[in-house]
Amino acid sequence: MAEPWEEEEGPVKKFMFVNRKAPYGTIYALESLEVVLISAAFDQDVSLVFMDDGVYQLKKGQDTKGIGMKNFSPTYRALEGYDIETLYVEKESMESRGLSADDMIVPVEVLGKDELTSLMEEQDVLLSF
Amino acid sequence: MAMLHTVNKSPFEKRSLDGALSHAVNGAAILMIEDGIYGALKGTAVSSKIEKALETLKVYVLGPDLKARGMTEDQVVDGVKVVDYAGFVDLVTEYDKVQAWL
Amino acid sequence: MKLSILVNEGPYQHQAADSALQFVKAALEKGHEIFRVFFYHDGVNNGTRFAIPPQDDRNITVEWSKLAESHKLDLVVCIAAAQRRGILDENEAKRQGKSGDNIAPGFRISGLGQLIEAGIQAERLVVFGD
Repeated sequence: MAEPWEEEEGPVKKFMFVNRKAPYGTIYALESLEVVLISAAFDQDVSLVFMDDGVYQLKKGQDTKGIGMKNFSPTYRALEGYDIETLYVEKESMESRGLSADDMIVPVEVLGKDELTSLMEEQDVLLSF
Repeated sequence: MAMLHTVNKSPFEKRSLDGALSHAVNGAAILMIEDGIYGALKGTAVSSKIEKALETLKVYVLGPDLKARGMTEDQVVDGVKVVDYAGFVDLVTEYDKVQAWL
Repeated sequence: MKLSILVNEGPYQHQAADSALQFVKAALEKGHEIFRVFFYHDGVNNGTRFAIPPQDDRNITVEWSKLAESHKLDLVVCIAAAQRRGILDENEAKRQGKSGDNIAPGFRISGLGQLIEAGIQAERLVVFGD
């Protein structure tokens, strides 16, 4: 019997990238984005979540000239072209940091903690950075 | 089966344990490893959170990480189960998926 | 069961690499299959054979290499993360005009697609990091 991944179409799994870290202080946000871009080539069901300090990754108006690092935030705007259309932001994380959806560099879908929890439960693979 | 949430940070420094507890559904499990084991101990400022979690979740702590840090099994909140690496592997296979709260 | 592992931290600085190693050993002892161990972020530093820990300390890279040999483990170092941090195999060193390579036995350098594939093909993906 053929394994599921040997079928022509190949399996589609639900992948969730869970971003919980702020940008620049560590490399996780940047390198996580690199994985997300690659994942688009695999025709999987990819969702991208920003919670805890991860919501800071999407803050508008990032200007890194003074710290000598590359500003990678415009890449979030390019995700649509990779068929990664929905970026989920956790409401509680955003609000407790004094931010709103208007502060985000791209349109986001704001989910309450319980909605996000349900979405997490639906996933097959959770990649946390 | 629901999800296994791993927590590897001290709850006194990071929000990993809170993140796991607030996103774990009934029937899910929390496994505390590495510096996460400090969240499993009796008589701390977070012990009551674990006691409350035990009403709806299974809570585990990795014994080798506990011992390495000078803690013993009887210092763990009642109801928290101590597992070794083989037990960690079993949890990964028993639950549907794993979310690491780093 | 078929498992994949993601290691996001280098050896020694964080316990993540040790935890991953102990987990993999326990899983193999229980007869599970490790489809792949993928090293990302500073995790790529697990794959340099140039590290020389003190003799009374464990050598994490050597332990990975031994497991790769005894259990045919597929140890994959992310190429983009590896290039940033100076982990090279012979081909990459030649291609980049560098004078030597430092990849440890049993490790191979490949693309991030290998991580996604590891997630697709394994029944569980376990992440170790900081």
